[in-house]
Amino acid sequence: MSEREPLLRVEGVTVVYSVGGRRNVHAVSGVSFALFRGETLGLVGESGCGKSTLARAIMQLPRPTAGRVILDGEDITVLGSRSLRALRSRFQMIFQDPIASLNPIRRVGESIEASLRTKGGKSAAERVRRAREMMTTVGLDPEQHYRRRPFQLSGGQCQRVSIARALMTEPQLLICDEPVSSLDVSVQAHIINLLRKVKSDYGLSMLFIAHDLAVVKNISDRVAVMYLGRLCELAPCADIFSSPAHPYTRALINAVPRPGPCQPLAGTGMLSGELPSPMDPPSGCRFRTRCPRAETRCVMVQPELRQIAPGHLVACHFPLREVAGPDEDHRPLMDRPDN
Amino acid sequence: MVKKRGITFWLSVAWIALVMTCAVGAGFLPLPAPDQIDWACLATSPDGVHLLGTDNVGRDIAARLFFGARVSLTVGVIAPCIGLVFGSLLGVAAGFYRGWPERVIVGAIDVFLAVPRLVFLLVAMFVFGSGLPAITLALGLLCVPSFARMARANTIRFAGREFVLAARATGADDVAIVLREILPNALMPMVAYALLVMGYVIVAEGGLGFLGLSVPAPAPSWGGMIAEGREVLERAPHVSMIPAAAMFLTVLSVNLIGDGLRGWMDDRESQL
Repeated sequence: MSEREPLLRVEGVTVVYSVGGRRNVHAVSGVSFALFRGETLGLVGESGCGKSTLARAIMQLPRPTAGRVILDGEDITVLGSRSLRALRSRFQMIFQDPIASLNPIRRVGESIEASLRTKGGKSAAERVRRAREMMTTVGLDPEQHYRRRPFQLSGGQCQRVSIARALMTEPQLLICDEPVSSLDVSVQAHIINLLRKVKSDYGLSMLFIAHDLAVVKNISDRVAVMYLGRLCELAPCADIFSSPAHPYTRALINAVPRPGPCQPLAGTGMLSGELPSPMDPPSGCRFRTRCPRAETRCVMVQPELRQIAPGHLVACHFPLREVAGPDEDHRPLMDRPDN
Repeated sequence: MVKKRGITFWLSVAWIALVMTCAVGAGFLPLPAPDQIDWACLATSPDGVHLLGTDNVGRDIAARLFFGARVSLTVGVIAPCIGLVFGSLLGVAAGFYRGWPERVIVGAIDVFLAVPRLVFLLVAMFVFGSGLPAITLALGLLCVPSFARMARANTIRFAGREFVLAARATGADDVAIVLREILPNALMPMVAYALLVMGYVIVAEGGLGFLGLSVPAPAPSWGGMIAEGREVLERAPHVSMIPAAAMFLTVLSVNLIGDGLRGWMDDRESQL
C-alpha cells in the first residue's frame, strides 16, 4: 500500500433514521472525505448538523445506512460482526460527555484495563500493569486514581481516563467527538495539549469534532465544515480561516467573538434563522434558506464538493473565493496536493 | 460520603435480625414443639409457662411464631429472588434486543398481569400442591412481570448511554456488554425494589395462610395463626394479634430498609 493511500476514506456515507411511520431523518447525506496518516482533520458545524452521527457511523456504532468507510484499505462497513469486533482496536473514539462515557459503578482503572480484555492474549496482571502505565501517560496518578469511580473525578480527569482507555488498544485512528466542549476553558487547554502529545507520541491520525472554531484552529491540519448533514467546505486549516469560500464558513468565522473592547460585536454577516429540519431539508443547496448569496440555481441544483484551489474543496455555486482554473475543477475529490 | 441513616432504619435492621435469629434458632430454643397441645392451657395469656401464651387448642404461640417465621422468611426471600432472576433475564433480553423479542415478552407480561392474582394463586396451588416450595414458586412467578418491566426500562436506559457505546467501541460483544456494563447498573435499583416486593410477598403468604392455602396444618404459618385466632378473638385477642403484629413489624421493617437503601442509591446516582 502506498504512502499516499489515506488511513481513512469515507465515501458517500449516509445515515437515515426512521422517526415513526414513514418519516425519515437524513442526519448525514453522502459525506465523503479522506483522512491521511498522521493528520488531524477538524470537523465543525453547529449543533444538530450531524457531526456526532457521522463520527458514530465511522465507528460503526451503528453502521451507516449507505456508503463505505475504508480503514487502511479495508471496507469496514461490509465486515461481519466478529471480524469488525476484532478490528475495532484499530479505531477508537472519545466521547463528548466524559463522565457518562465511563461505567458509573466501575473503578476507572478497571474501565481502562477492560478495553484490553476483548483484545485478548494478555493476563490480568499484565492488563493492570499496562492500565497503570497508561494512566501515568495521560497525566493521572495510578496510586491515587486507579480505584476511584467516575463520579469521584472531575470532568477533565474523566476525559483523561477516556483517552487512556482509547489508547490502550493501540489504535491508528482516534475520533474525538467534542472532547472538550463540556469542560472548563482552562481544562480544555490541558486536554487539547494532551491529545496533541499522544497524537505525536503514538503516531495517531485524528478526526477532531468541535463546534468551537478556536479549538479546531488550534489542533487541526485541515478543517471540514458541515451543514445539515453535508460537507460544505474542506480546506487546509490556514486557508479556511484566511479565505473561506463557502458563505456558511464565513458566517461561522464571523461569529467567533474577538477579544478587546474596541472590537465591534459580531453583527455583520451573522446568520439569520434557524437550522432547517433534517426531516425536510431545503431543495438544492441546503444552506440556501440562510445564505445571503442564494440564487435560483441554488434552489434547483445541489452543489457538489469541487476543488477551487489546491486542497481547497467547496460545495457552493457561488463561492466567495474565485475558482483557480477550469482545468482543476474536475480533479478527484480526495486528491490533496501533498507537501 | 455515607449519609447517616435514621434510628428507624437501624431499628428495622434489628427487628429483621431478631426474626431471623428466632427462625433459625427455633429448633434449639427451650420451647415446646409447635404442634404440641397443652390441654391444661387453652388460649391462655402470656405467662411464665408459655412465653406468649397459647392458642385456642393449647399450642405454644411463641413456638408457632418462631417456626412460622421460617415460612414467612423463606417465601419472603426466595420468591422475590425468583422474580428478580427470571424478570431480569426477560427484561434485559427485551430491552437489549428490542424488535420481536421485546414485543413477545412485553405481550406475555401484559397477558399475565391481566390474570387476577388470587385466581392465579388458587390455580397454582391446585396444580403444584400446597407445600412451602409450591407457594414460594407461585408467589415468585407473580413477581416476575414487575421485575421484567423494571429490567427492561433500565436496560433501555443504560443501553443508549455512552459508556456502553465506548465498551462496544473497544470490541466487546453482546454478552460482555450485558454482563459487565448494563446488568450491574440495572440491578442496583432492582435489588432495592426486591425489598419492597419482599414485604408484599410476606403479606400475600399471610393472606394465603388465612385462606388455609399456605403450608398444610398443623405446620404453623403467621397467616394461618391469625386465622385460627379468629374463633377466640373476643376472649383472647392476643392469639391473632401477636402473629399479626409480628407480620406488621416485619413488613414495615423490610420497607423501611428498602427506603433507606434506595435513598442511599439515589444519592450515588445524583453524583453522576
